[in-house]
Amino acid sequence: MKHHSDDKATNLSTADVGRRRMLQALGVASVAAVGLPGVASAQTTAQVNTTNLAITDTEVTVGQLHSATGTMAISETGAIQAEQLAIDQINAMGGILGRKIKVIKEDGASDWPTFAEKSKKLLINDHCAAVFGCWTSASRKAVLPIFEKENGLLYYPTFYEGLEQSKNVIYTGQEATQQILYSLDWAQKEKKAKTFFLIGSDYIWPRTSMKIARKHVENFQKGKIVGEEYYPLGSTNFGSLMNKIKVQKPDCIFVAVVGGSNVAFYKALKAAGITGDKQLLLTLAVTEDEMTGVGGENFQGFYSSMKYFQSLDNDNNKKFVAAFKAKYGKDAVIGDVTQAGYLGPWLWKAAVEKAKSFDVNKVVAASETGTIELKTAPEGYVKLDTNHHLWSKSRIAMGMPDATFKVVSESPELIKPNPFPKGYQ
Amino acid sequence: MTFSEMLNIGLMQGFAGLSLFAVLLLMGLGLAIIFGQMGVINMAHGEFMTIGAYTIYFGSTLASTYAPHLVAYYFPFAIIAAFIFTFLVGWLVEWALIRHLYKRPLDTLLATWGISLALQQIFRTFIGPKEVSPTLPDWLLGSWAPTEGLDIPINGMFVLGLTTFVSCGVLLALHKSRWGLRVRATVSNRMMANAIGIDTKKTDRLTFAIGCGIAGVAGAAFTTIGSTGPTSGSLYIVDAFLVVTFGGAASLLGTVVSAFGIAQTQSIAEFFLTGSMAKVITLSLIVLILMMRPQGLFASKIRR
Repeated sequence: MKHHSDDKATNLSTADVGRRRMLQALGVASVAAVGLPGVASAQTTAQVNTTNLAITDTEVTVGQLHSATGTMAISETGAIQAEQLAIDQINAMGGILGRKIKVIKEDGASDWPTFAEKSKKLLINDHCAAVFGCWTSASRKAVLPIFEKENGLLYYPTFYEGLEQSKNVIYTGQEATQQILYSLDWAQKEKKAKTFFLIGSDYIWPRTSMKIARKHVENFQKGKIVGEEYYPLGSTNFGSLMNKIKVQKPDCIFVAVVGGSNVAFYKALKAAGITGDKQLLLTLAVTEDEMTGVGGENFQGFYSSMKYFQSLDNDNNKKFVAAFKAKYGKDAVIGDVTQAGYLGPWLWKAAVEKAKSFDVNKVVAASETGTIELKTAPEGYVKLDTNHHLWSKSRIAMGMPDATFKVVSESPELIKPNPFPKGYQ
Repeated sequence: MTFSEMLNIGLMQGFAGLSLFAVLLLMGLGLAIIFGQMGVINMAHGEFMTIGAYTIYFGSTLASTYAPHLVAYYFPFAIIAAFIFTFLVGWLVEWALIRHLYKRPLDTLLATWGISLALQQIFRTFIGPKEVSPTLPDWLLGSWAPTEGLDIPINGMFVLGLTTFVSCGVLLALHKSRWGLRVRATVSNRMMANAIGIDTKKTDRLTFAIGCGIAGVAGAAFTTIGSTGPTSGSLYIVDAFLVVTFGGAASLLGTVVSAFGIAQTQSIAEFFLTGSMAKVITLSLIVLILMMRPQGLFASKIRR
């Protein structure tokens, strides 16, 4: 009991709490200590929660904010499912600090102002201890000011353009340099590619990614960019582009075309006679999720750069894939972002347990120590850098006719996240 | 670059323009009949196309599940099914909703937009939010390469052929058949057509249903180019209205010419500039021309 009260004293002296809340905390603590001698070793709610989050002695409330409807539902469904799976598994193990996780699900409906509004609800009304959510950069940018003002904690699963590091966000996907530099170096070394043709959808992520790719090819590889093209989101008309590619004859086509346009783009390549056996093509935006639409016959022989593929051969991944299919059906496919979504609740659990508190400031401080790691991640071992991004391996995989991926190359070491790369801006 | 290579690129680029023309025309045709001939602003046009596309998807799923040896042949039949199916849905929608709104054209806009949202949600709930694409028969994939370095997309040729067939069919029907005669009579003077014994209500219903049926065929053809999702229709609707309005609402020939003009401008600009820039140039040109000719390229000479 002595140790207990010491702990409490430090909590109260360091945390910025009012007199009234301090008295409350003391009251609750003493009631717990007197009334429940059996659980004296577990931490009281007042100790793990000094900032009025929605936490009881048996439960901790978190939020989930994705698009369950609208155009992004295609992509975000996987992340929603994976986060739920992780939470179920954590609850089955007894929860976090003896508390089961309760999820409040909100639908951002593929609409960025709706994301902002729902994040306000989750933080201000529901007092969520953490939120797992967002997919597009646009939705993340919409909720960011709210998370910073209300001091919330967001776990963001998508590979994205970098150039951001917020105290209130943990980024579980790859930032741009991790994904791009490794794949460009692979194309240069393994495939002897010197000339590159860059193609993307016309919005922030492809444009930033291609800017980094161009700098890397021109300044570091001494290669040449022979074309750079952007098409509106949802575009299905790629006829002229195919001819431009044929005029330039690039060694490598480097692609960041996303969403529905993907299908039209790979069908157009096939129809123009540009196929995997004749042309090297490397994309940053085709995961298993997109493959179901694109079709194996159209992507056969092309390459995708991601940190995770469903076919990864390790024990963690086998367990994860089996659990995912048991819950969501045997035809379920798992893409890169789905796996990154699965990491979120586990990383949060590790940080909370290290901080011995649910308080956002303490969880963030624990996350910034550089010692939060996951040995059970499906993609293999990952650790959280002090800059809120993950150290992870990059991988290149080839599309197979049956719409699966075969990993052909893997970075030997974990790649350090570098959201503000020097020389690339 | 040698001369023969340049020739090949030129030929392929010409074909890219033609196949975009075919896509735009097929999109606009059904709308031109409904909007041009009947004055109904059908905001659900895109969703009728989506219904056609889903019909192909079901055809492909059925074929590959129950009769894998028929996968090579199902496509033409699925297109006919797509026409019949969207025709029937169009018939139903006209009977249930549109016929009550002929005297309130702006309300048809609202009503059909409502239908469009409802259909999108039905697709999402009953078919699923993920985009799907059917397994296409092998003869529709890849390219036709008569010489080295010349690749003509087979799906492009297919869409071009289908568009030619449908447009000729519509033009012939409009000018040679009894239905066409009744439609033209109704368009030029509804009251008089009624007076001489034409059942204008039945004509309206048939016209609307045929327009929807053609939208279904268009949607079916586009499965060879792109994917199908609950909101695919909203991608098509803008282009479709653009083609019809630019061509002059009441003229089918105008629709053809406008589709050709837009497609060639877009495709040539795309070749020399970037994709997004080409769109900017095409749309600015359309805006400019519409400012000078608000009635579109081909104005109808009839009084309403």
